[in-house]
Amino acid sequence: MCRTNGGINSRYACRCRKGNEPVREWLNVALPKGRLGEKVYKMFAAAGFECPEVLENTRKLIFENEQKCIRYFWVKPSDVAIYVERGAADVGVAGKDILLEYQPEIFELLDLKVGKCRMAVAAKKGFRDHADRTLRVATKFPGIATAYYQSQGRDIDIIKLNGSIELAPILHLSDVIVDIVETGTTLLENDLEPIETIVPISARLIANRAGFQFKYEAVQDIVKGLQQQLEETV
Amino acid sequence: MNTDAILKNEEKVQFQLRALYEQCGYSRFKMSKFEEYDLYVRNKDFLVSDSVITFTDTTGKLMALKPDVTLSIVKNFDGSTNGVQRVYYNENVYRISEQTHTYKEIMQTGLECMGNISGYDLCEVLLLAAQSLQIISKDCVLNVSHLGVVSALLDAPEMADIRKDLFACIGEKNSHGVGELCLQAGVDPSVTKQLQLLTTAYGTPDEVLPQLHFLYEYPAAAKALEELSLVIFALQKVSDVRICVDFSLVNNMKYYNGLVFRGFVNGVPAGVLSGGQYDYLMNRMGKNDQAIGFAVYLDLLERMDKEKEYDADVLLLYDDTISFSQVLAEALALRREGKSVEVQRCVPNKRRYKQQICLPVQKGE
Repeated sequence: MCRTNGGINSRYACRCRKGNEPVREWLNVALPKGRLGEKVYKMFAAAGFECPEVLENTRKLIFENEQKCIRYFWVKPSDVAIYVERGAADVGVAGKDILLEYQPEIFELLDLKVGKCRMAVAAKKGFRDHADRTLRVATKFPGIATAYYQSQGRDIDIIKLNGSIELAPILHLSDVIVDIVETGTTLLENDLEPIETIVPISARLIANRAGFQFKYEAVQDIVKGLQQQLEETV
Repeated sequence: MNTDAILKNEEKVQFQLRALYEQCGYSRFKMSKFEEYDLYVRNKDFLVSDSVITFTDTTGKLMALKPDVTLSIVKNFDGSTNGVQRVYYNENVYRISEQTHTYKEIMQTGLECMGNISGYDLCEVLLLAAQSLQIISKDCVLNVSHLGVVSALLDAPEMADIRKDLFACIGEKNSHGVGELCLQAGVDPSVTKQLQLLTTAYGTPDEVLPQLHFLYEYPAAAKALEELSLVIFALQKVSDVRICVDFSLVNNMKYYNGLVFRGFVNGVPAGVLSGGQYDYLMNRMGKNDQAIGFAVYLDLLERMDKEKEYDADVLLLYDDTISFSQVLAEALALRREGKSVEVQRCVPNKRRYKQQICLPVQKGE
């Protein structure tokens, strides 16, 4: 049973008992809200860490399976790495795009091979890059874009946007965009096309570096369970 | 008054660490908050973050608020003295927080052992790291590694272009990333497998070390592994600290070599202690000696403090019907009983007290 000595903080830091086994600490898992998160949760469930309540349409934020000592919570996909880095979650699932952009101090334990897409440079069809001019790049990922063009020695002007990136080249706000491309349909519909791939993206299992030390067995059980599924699908 | 109840956790730890280091012959190294900026420009990679707070002093010299202590200690190290020089420090450093991207004042304690370092010195520093961790919390783990092991495996010419990325992947325990990089660079699959094994290896020395027999193919790695094993063995004989071998500890190889270690305590989401042997830094700064040291990040211990239930034991309320001297006498009497007493004319908002006493005390109360 889970020890609760009052107060919400102590509740979420408590340990729980598995049958007659020694007291085991709760493992906190941050899942990205949305379709990807649901898919990933099913992988966790198939690995033996189910908590059926997670998929129910409720307003609850936290879901627990006391028997398995596992606790899930949905967070905004771009926040998963923050929850994990700061130890509010022991493990989580985040896109490689977020990890590359924010470079959190975490362990990246597995490539879950889901949510596959790519970080790409896109421009209006027929775009010609003039190297004698500063390239104007609109993106939600200034870190990734800067690192990519720095590696090419290209002088760029970053325009940080928070959404509707495809509009930027159409309205001549930028020459190119750096964004996630899944099928390329949105680009195509807006008369844009991908011109370079920067890096392939997929969902990654990440872990807090300190949590990893103290909950190693539980984290390893999850890694092994997920790895087994990945091997079965190959 | 119980001083233990007043001191914050990091303050208590700070005093205990100072006593521990003094007991081992370490002398306190007191330094100025400022250092010439030039020192950091020449060793930017050594710093956790390359943003430094600078200002121009009265002579026009560009100065910096110290972002690091080790560089200043190494700069002042006098190699001509006999024996090993042992110093400890307790200073504030000024760095950009990677999470908030703003400058932070960070309280740091640590020690440096410099000179002709022997195996004994390595063991003693590692033991002090273990003891420092145990002072902070009994529920702790000390991760150890040897940079010679990882660098020997990454020495192959086909890895030259991907070495930096490989280090990053190893540091993240990113075994799939190591696999992808090696595949792209045409690294022998058996070597890739060895690197992946090293990346994921984690556990007690008894669990991990026997898995690493393949390292004997690499003479430099074998030598490093032997050194690591000897130090761990010596430490295990004298300390009950939980030791884990973890090759994901990859400090900057431009400065560090040999033994590296990091300490964690349960409940703090990041490493609270970090250290290693940094002979390369000594050499880069023109010192022909070796050195090993570590830092304890005291600012991280703040979260370990239990929240105070009350702001004071007693709230002493008085009104105009009682003289000041009577109020003072009542307050002093209560304080002599060991209670903390706050005197007010009315109950303040947002503060909590264990007990409330109104003066003058009515008969029968």
